[in-house]
Amino acid sequence: MIRKTVKDVSDALAGVHDGMTFMLGGFGLCGIPENAISELVRLGVKDLTCISNNAGVDDFGLGLLLHQHQIKKMVSSYVGENDEFERQMLSGELEVELTPQGTLAEKCRAAQAGIPAFYTPAGYGTEVAEGKEVREFNGKMYILEKAFKADFAFVKAWKGDMAGNLIFKGTSRNFNPCMCGAATITVAEVEELVPAGELDPNQIHIPGIFVQRIFQGTDYEKRIEQRTVRQK
Amino acid sequence: MLDKNGIAKRIAQEVEDGFYVNLGIGIPTLVANYVRDDISVEFQSENGILGMGPFPIDGEEDADLINAGKQTITALPGASFFDSATSFGMIRGKHVDLTILGAMEVAQNGDIANWKIPGKMVKGMGGAMDLVASAENIIVAMMHTNRAGESKLLKQCTLPLTGVGCVKKIVTNLAVLEVTEDGFLLLERAPGVSVDDIREATEGVLIVNGNVPEMSIQ
Repeated sequence: MIRKTVKDVSDALAGVHDGMTFMLGGFGLCGIPENAISELVRLGVKDLTCISNNAGVDDFGLGLLLHQHQIKKMVSSYVGENDEFERQMLSGELEVELTPQGTLAEKCRAAQAGIPAFYTPAGYGTEVAEGKEVREFNGKMYILEKAFKADFAFVKAWKGDMAGNLIFKGTSRNFNPCMCGAATITVAEVEELVPAGELDPNQIHIPGIFVQRIFQGTDYEKRIEQRTVRQK
Repeated sequence: MLDKNGIAKRIAQEVEDGFYVNLGIGIPTLVANYVRDDISVEFQSENGILGMGPFPIDGEEDADLINAGKQTITALPGASFFDSATSFGMIRGKHVDLTILGAMEVAQNGDIANWKIPGKMVKGMGGAMDLVASAENIIVAMMHTNRAGESKLLKQCTLPLTGVGCVKKIVTNLAVLEVTEDGFLLLERAPGVSVDDIREATEGVLIVNGNVPEMSIQ
């Protein structure tokens, strides 16, 4: 067994510095790497490029980094629900690259799988296609999209073992598995870290080869953005 | 004339047994409430679930179980969870049978605009561009005119496009229409709405063939 565990979030983020590009898992506030984000706020690293489907809300998730003006550029598919984000974007402080959600996921997966670029129909004929190669296959038009390059991927899983194997829960899986192994260093934080052998190999979602560092996360808030319920 | 629930009820009639269906935010979400209960349908939410169920009972909500609108949901028996690349693989690979989404504008050639208004805060396209570029069977659910009373069914879209030549069918508060090579073919009128009312509210070419039936909605 190749051991991937590190002591805590501080060790997990060793080597992080200004100007880096990060991938951060999560959809809305669901499945975001809460501990890594808190540590990035504490470290105060700046001029970051963050690849993440969303940008958090004003006082949680990536919104915390935005408030400290740590982010230079966001690569996302949807960035509503965040007033500070809007202010920084409109004032030109923050650069934003909007990418269709499926393309964003595939740009991660391609990086993970060693594929430099791929053709997708998403965005053909729209401003997303501007400056990109266009090609026809079987009578349909596609645009060429390139794999992401990132220094760190920060992901959150439900359970993990010391070998870096991961299992996700519910829809908190989202972008997290796609980002594993898609950056130079993948850091996984988990709600429950167990010894190797305790997770059933049949049930592993992401094999440990895609993860360089894993640690037991703490104090998960798991905030709900739109609490919607019905009565009995 | 139909209200939002009426539009959803009419679209629900398009959902067939064995369909995997992706519902957008807004009116499309309401469609789930009106699908016949004697057919088997699974709803996909592109953040990573097939077999999405109703909102949870108060007190049973789970932060790890949400839909694409970030609302808490439940999973029905037979449901599955998956990552975002797999989810859009289902969509791009045409495994999802029907996509229902809203729009700001639809053009008579099937172009759709629903993500950006120049001069206003741009929130992003989310999964809309992937959905419209790939799905074979797209139904747009929307009001026939905007708040200023201007037609949303146009010769050409004026807003930045989400996708080109992709919409096949449109259900509005006034009518059911099909996108054809020659323009919007009027298939059905909403209860109490005349062909002239629809013509008045449609900027694009409207094709009327003979007697246009009134839609039947229970």
